[in-house]
Amino acid sequence: MEIAVISGKGGTGKSCISAAFATIEKNVMLADCDVDAANLYLIFNPSNEYQEPYIAGHKAVINYEKCTNCGLCIDHCRFDAIFYHNSKVTVSEISCDGCFLCSRVCPENAVDMLQKSKSRMYAGSFRNGKMVYGRLAPGEENSGKLVNIVRRKAKQIAKDNNLDFIILDGPPGIGCPVISTITGVDKVVVVTEPSVSGYRDLQRTLEIVKKFDLDCSVIINKYDLNEEMSVFINDKCKEFNIPVAGCLPFDVNVVDAVVQCKSIVEWNSELVISKKLINIWNNIIS
Amino acid sequence: MKIAIASGKGGTGKTFVATNIFYALLKNNHSVVLVDCDAEAPDSIGFFRTKIENSFDVVQKVPVIDLNSCTYCSKCKDYCNYNAIFILPSIKFIQVIEELCHGCGACSVACTFGAIKEKPVSLGKVNTYILNGKYQLIEACMNIGVMSPVQIIKAAIKEIDYKYDIAVLDSPPGTSCPFIHTTAAADFVILVTEPTPFGLSDLKQSVETLKEMNKKYGVIINRAGLGNNDVYKYIENENIPLLLEIPFDKEIAALYSAGIIVSEYYSEIRKKFYEMIKKIMEQYGNCGD
Repeated sequence: MEIAVISGKGGTGKSCISAAFATIEKNVMLADCDVDAANLYLIFNPSNEYQEPYIAGHKAVINYEKCTNCGLCIDHCRFDAIFYHNSKVTVSEISCDGCFLCSRVCPENAVDMLQKSKSRMYAGSFRNGKMVYGRLAPGEENSGKLVNIVRRKAKQIAKDNNLDFIILDGPPGIGCPVISTITGVDKVVVVTEPSVSGYRDLQRTLEIVKKFDLDCSVIINKYDLNEEMSVFINDKCKEFNIPVAGCLPFDVNVVDAVVQCKSIVEWNSELVISKKLINIWNNIIS
Repeated sequence: MKIAIASGKGGTGKTFVATNIFYALLKNNHSVVLVDCDAEAPDSIGFFRTKIENSFDVVQKVPVIDLNSCTYCSKCKDYCNYNAIFILPSIKFIQVIEELCHGCGACSVACTFGAIKEKPVSLGKVNTYILNGKYQLIEACMNIGVMSPVQIIKAAIKEIDYKYDIAVLDSPPGTSCPFIHTTAAADFVILVTEPTPFGLSDLKQSVETLKEMNKKYGVIINRAGLGNNDVYKYIENENIPLLLEIPFDKEIAALYSAGIIVSEYYSEIRKKFYEMIKKIMEQYGNCGD
């Protein structure tokens, strides 16, 4: 069973909740799909048993020994990535999308396409099972593809080791890495918080989940920071027939646990929040 | 001058900082515009009572195959670097997978039979608003199901009217393309973090990226008092200016959650934001436009 934890808004508590889920059942597969800002390895310190470079795309580089400054590449580029700078054809590395068109139209073969290969996918073991995570090198892109690679590896390892549960910690937003995280999973857990921003982003996230026709439930985290808003979100979910798996209180123990490299459930399973998380998990998997 | 408010980690308080800086500046009669570049989850505009001024679609061109002229030669598929053209020549089948298309136009160049035309597809909207008759707010908003917000972010930044002295850009989280396209436009980047291991790890990643981009930046530590001191040690070792500390306060969290600008209630907070931004403008304001 593959379970994805996502949220439109950042910082609602995805990773802390994923970490808790990963330490309730014995032996799980945990995949950190937030490849832009992977964090779970900080809590679980997995062994590094396998790593694979990831080609995040290509960048155009001008070979000035061949370039005649004709400007054909500039005319064809739709990303405003090529222009004259000091009367020389120049590529903006930031704007280049790596589409190869400039290299194809250049009559002098003066555009080289260089691979961006600093990103990595890692796999290993942690104290409660196996773990896969991706790390996108700063400035590299196509994070959706790296998420796909992380998920494929996680599935394979889970199968080889007979692990029943794959927990995916997703990225914020609703763009390509999120779509890659939720495509084809068995359950989606959307984490929200009781704020105007949290609610607005929840709506957008639920729309994307609906688009993919996925089984989904909502967790309202830090519900006591604004109880009125929590009630409102709870009612709205009811209205749209989306089950609320539970409400979690704000608890500084969550931060303390992370500082000590523990999930909240490992830190103290007797806390209200830990008991609730165990309860939510059992409901999700049943 | 353009100032971007960014962070690797989500939910550290980017929008909180951006909206409060904007408010502090307009309260002190600066000519200022707020640009919400977090096109996947735009939340800034909702904090202000605004009137919509304009709204337009950001479009991308995607290919349309004319089956009568297509010879199924596959050259368009070979040119497409995004696997957006699916073709089975043996059974004369060709299909464009619009979700994967980046609109680069390579297939049109590839086709020598005139079988590829293009149609515009909306990626999202740029909305502009007016506050109190004179302050501009710009919002990038990506359509649900679209893969990348980059083109919408670029279009939103293009809308900044140069009659304004300062533009505050609320960046999307992460350190990949959406973050880069927002911070690339800025003269100074304010990184908002929190004193937790997650906050620190993502701060390091943002700093690495900004270093590569040759950007000037400083750090705001939000929710100070939670977590530990590692983030303070890190910015001291790296010589990164600590611009401001915002203590963790349930009162602030509650006001913010209700969609209220905290600076409107607490003039001390407004003052702190204003002093900070004034210093940044004095120190870094002359290097941009």
